[in-house]
Amino acid sequence: MSALLEVRNLQVRVEEREILHGLSLTVNKGEVHAIMGPNGSGKSTLSHVIAGKPGYEVTGGEILFKGEDLLEMDPDERAAKGVFLAFQYPVEIPGVATMTFLRTALNAQRKARGESEYSTPDFLKKVREVAASLNIPQEMLRRGVNVGFSGGEKKRNEVLQMALFEPSLCILDEMDSGLDIDALRIAADGVNALRSSERAMVVITHYQRLLNYIVPDFVHVMSKGRVVKSGGKELALELEESGYAQFEDQAA
Amino acid sequence: MNLALVKPTMDGAASDVFAVARDRLPGKGPVAEVRQAAFDDFAQKGLPHRRVEEWKYTDLRVLLREVAPLAPPPDQAALDHAKKALASLDVNGAHRLVLVDGAFAPQLSDTASEAGVTVQTLRAMLENADIAARADLLRTSVASDAMISLNAAMATDGVVIDVAENAALGKPIHIVHVSTQSKAAAFTRSLVKVANGAHVTLIESFVAADGAAGYQAHDSVVLWAGDGADVQHIRLVEDARDAANIATAIVTLGERTQYRAFNLTSGSAVCRYQAFLRFDGQNAHADVNGVSLLNDRQHADTTLVLDHAVPHCTSNEVFRAVVDDQAHSVFQGRINVHPDAQKTDARMMTRALLLSDEAEADNKPELEIFADDVQCGHGATTGALDDSLLFYLRARGLPEKEAQALLIQAFVGEAMESIADETLREVAIATAERWLAARG
Amino acid sequence: MPAELETVERVRRIDVDQYRYGFETIIESEKAPKGLSEDIVRFISAKKDEPEWMLEWRLEAYRRWLTMQEPTWARVDYPKIDYQDLYYYSAPKQKKALASLDEVDPEILKTYEKLGIPLREQEILAGVVRPEGETDGEAPRRVAVDAVFDSVSVATTFQAELKKAGVIFMPISHALREHPDLVRKYLGTVVPTSDNFFATLNSAVFSDGSFVYVPPGVRCPMELSTYFRINERNTGQFERTLIIADKGSYVSYLEGCTAPQRDENQLHAAVVELIALDDAEIKYSTVQNWYPGNSEGKGGVYNFVTKRGDCRGKNSKISWTQVETGSAITWKYPSCILRGDNSRGEFYSIAISNGYQQVDSGTKMIHLGKNTTSRIISKGIAAGKSQNTYRGLVSAHRKATGSRNFTACDSLLIGDKCGAHTVPYVEAKNSSALFEHEATTSKISEDVLFYCVQRGLSQEEAVGLVVNGFVRDVLQQLPMEFAVEAQKLISISLEGSVG
Repeated sequence: MSALLEVRNLQVRVEEREILHGLSLTVNKGEVHAIMGPNGSGKSTLSHVIAGKPGYEVTGGEILFKGEDLLEMDPDERAAKGVFLAFQYPVEIPGVATMTFLRTALNAQRKARGESEYSTPDFLKKVREVAASLNIPQEMLRRGVNVGFSGGEKKRNEVLQMALFEPSLCILDEMDSGLDIDALRIAADGVNALRSSERAMVVITHYQRLLNYIVPDFVHVMSKGRVVKSGGKELALELEESGYAQFEDQAA
Repeated sequence: MNLALVKPTMDGAASDVFAVARDRLPGKGPVAEVRQAAFDDFAQKGLPHRRVEEWKYTDLRVLLREVAPLAPPPDQAALDHAKKALASLDVNGAHRLVLVDGAFAPQLSDTASEAGVTVQTLRAMLENADIAARADLLRTSVASDAMISLNAAMATDGVVIDVAENAALGKPIHIVHVSTQSKAAAFTRSLVKVANGAHVTLIESFVAADGAAGYQAHDSVVLWAGDGADVQHIRLVEDARDAANIATAIVTLGERTQYRAFNLTSGSAVCRYQAFLRFDGQNAHADVNGVSLLNDRQHADTTLVLDHAVPHCTSNEVFRAVVDDQAHSVFQGRINVHPDAQKTDARMMTRALLLSDEAEADNKPELEIFADDVQCGHGATTGALDDSLLFYLRARGLPEKEAQALLIQAFVGEAMESIADETLREVAIATAERWLAARG
Repeated sequence: MPAELETVERVRRIDVDQYRYGFETIIESEKAPKGLSEDIVRFISAKKDEPEWMLEWRLEAYRRWLTMQEPTWARVDYPKIDYQDLYYYSAPKQKKALASLDEVDPEILKTYEKLGIPLREQEILAGVVRPEGETDGEAPRRVAVDAVFDSVSVATTFQAELKKAGVIFMPISHALREHPDLVRKYLGTVVPTSDNFFATLNSAVFSDGSFVYVPPGVRCPMELSTYFRINERNTGQFERTLIIADKGSYVSYLEGCTAPQRDENQLHAAVVELIALDDAEIKYSTVQNWYPGNSEGKGGVYNFVTKRGDCRGKNSKISWTQVETGSAITWKYPSCILRGDNSRGEFYSIAISNGYQQVDSGTKMIHLGKNTTSRIISKGIAAGKSQNTYRGLVSAHRKATGSRNFTACDSLLIGDKCGAHTVPYVEAKNSSALFEHEATTSKISEDVLFYCVQRGLSQEEAVGLVVNGFVRDVLQQLPMEFAVEAQKLISISLEGSVG
């Protein structure tokens, strides 16, 4: 069985500076991987490159998703294939109602996959269910996307989309940043509800704290643009004890 | 900001236009005198050019080059042609008044009388020697402007609408300008008087009959809104893509009047809409909004001059331009707060979205303040679509064009909020959607 | 509200005759005959002992000027100027070349003392004139002054120290003799002789001004400063300033102006050109408090100035800061041409008008290079019967990708007989340009005034407090010693209206 996500020897530059120096990572269906590392280690770069954010130059290596070359695809094609990035800082889009946005995005993905578009009543029913499970009030869905949302609300909106779009790979970029414990728990519960044997997750985080709520199967430590150590969930606890400093030399 | 000498050129062509048309223009005696004086003024000024500050960004000597000859009065073929164009209008259920090539077309208009409103044609009034002040129908005192003078000199027809006191019209009044002739000019002038306390929605549409190309539509509208009146004024410029539309609105508001205007330009190659709005009574409010959707080599200029002549009035202007290809958008907004117009609250916000590296947007939001107890502000921004928003949308599965379209709709949406009537707002939205769809 | 009425009343009573700097120096002067002609241009050039090419340059400008018309687009109104009824050259009589301040006419030095700019004292205080070999722990803040008295520079200080650093700072008339190649290379390259009516006039008849050249990599060791005064009756004052910051250098230049009181209007048409090469930075600060005219609007200086900076090199930066409180007419738009990639232009302005003053001032930011940025902060305060206009242009050309501008222009009105106007032009020809412009006009809040008065401030103190808060962003841009002077000046210029 081929892996869901296969990152091989990935090298990435941003404005002439190499950020990832040959990173490899294999993620299979049903697995939850945590990627940990200090600031500037390239964690967010990895998530952006997988999602196809402009501004990154891939100078070497490849990314295969379900056996296909992901780097050849536009960001929206990747989304339709099942790649979902939960942003560290979800943007505000004034003037675009959340509900309009959700329907447009969902139908665009379905259309790209050759599936029929949702009828309005079906769509509304589905959104209401998911929103209720995440404690998202209807009023929030009428507002512009993320406009005037608190940090917690923005993250819940990301989880709402994750639930609605049913991706096969979820990349959670620093989803704990800016959240207090209660907000974090609500968001993490939402994520855990989406764990399944058909779906994989890559949880990017600086702190071990998040991993108490979303317990990973594998933990990878990144430093200076490479994975320097991989292990089970106990590796995260080990890091909590001893910090990242021990890995700095290995990466150099 | 330099000044250079410009010799007052008036090529023979425009003089000929008037000379040739003179006998066809309705109204003799005092009307003809007003026409001659207006034309003399135009002849002396010539077509506005970039050295005329008010036309700095819209040089008609370059863009228009010359005034086209007057279109012939519509024959049956032209009327049939126009009728087809009417069928594609989005606005339905309105009291429709149709002007074809600058002449009122009763065959295509709703002539059934409606309570609270009377409609006459400008032509009939100018020709009616019993109306002592008929020449005043062509007079304007608001600004010294060559194109206003040209319009007064050449106006062949238009509608003169009176809305009675406290009338609440059941349906909007819709003035439709249809051009059927190529390379010809139509000159129209309409006067709308909304008496105290009346509620009215006025819509103006500019469209082309199939095949009409390279024509010029010159229009002016003079609107009085009495005390306590509530007027909604919507303009939809969807002229042929190689046509010119040069229009002036002169609006006077009474006490407690509510005026909400919205102008949408998506058609014509060269478009200038200049509105002069004056607060004449206290406690009135005006929303003056506009959207330009431009591509190819379109040039559209919206120039708004608001005169806060009396205290305690409020105004809000929201303008949005979406500019693609080699198109050029111009917004000039001027707020004049007269001495003693205390407690004025005037706001103006103009934003331009540039979708191509060759697009151009010029904004000139001016404030001229002579009273101290006022709140005035303006803002202007110019930029491209926000990359981070685009990426967010694409990461959620929206193809590029669709993501852009969604952001563009949101961008222009705010300006459309001044359209209170939901049906009409949808007409505007539909026009924007058509434009976006045509972008491909 | 009585407190409010009182302020307004004070504004109406404003007496600009209180102008503090209204005195006149009686010294002998040498004048060219009245009027302007080729002969006068030749006379000026000859007086200055200029090279032949300079005379040709002037004559070309003069001939050009004859074909030009005085601009009328600004919102200023003044009687027609008779250019043949002015003197174009006036120099204090000098017996010989000056070697030190001691040789400067004591009358002139006395004048500066009255102005609060004791040149001599400043030199001592600043620590330059001190026994050989003496060292001090803390270097005092130092300012080199090149004083322009009427049209001719009469004294420069700190020359030795500047010379050591390789900085050239001297009257432009001297520079024409001592560094003709440098002057010739740069003069008129930012403001061409044909630029505009007043700049062209200046090119033909300029008498003197400052010249600064900072060599590559040099950080000018002190603030450079000039004080201009207009003295001789009916003398046109036509300074020409040229500042060149070579690669990687830095210079801060202060310009202060005061003028004695006159009944007749005085014309002032200066040209300032700044050139910043790669990685260089020029900071140019002005405090202008020329005679604004009397309470009836009679007299006062006509100030028609062309100031322009050229960010010619990559990563260069030019910053204009101005505090404009004087002159009957101000027509002034210090601008930046952002030619070099990544260059930056700034314009910080406080313009205060009172009495019958008319100010039409602002800036132009012309984005030509890639990733160029500009920032405009303008604060206009109108009182009395004055008119105060901000006029600005921000434009991005086709190839100026990634250009950025932020503009904020705020106006404050004091009293209901004045006018505040904002005329911005925002022109974008590049989709990656991001321009933001905002402007507000308001009065001083009665609630704020009442709050202050209730806390024990006088009405005038309260208004002063609010005004100083209003202009703070810009004052912060001024070098320290100027900021203090400027703050005083703001109070003086609103004297009789606010305190």
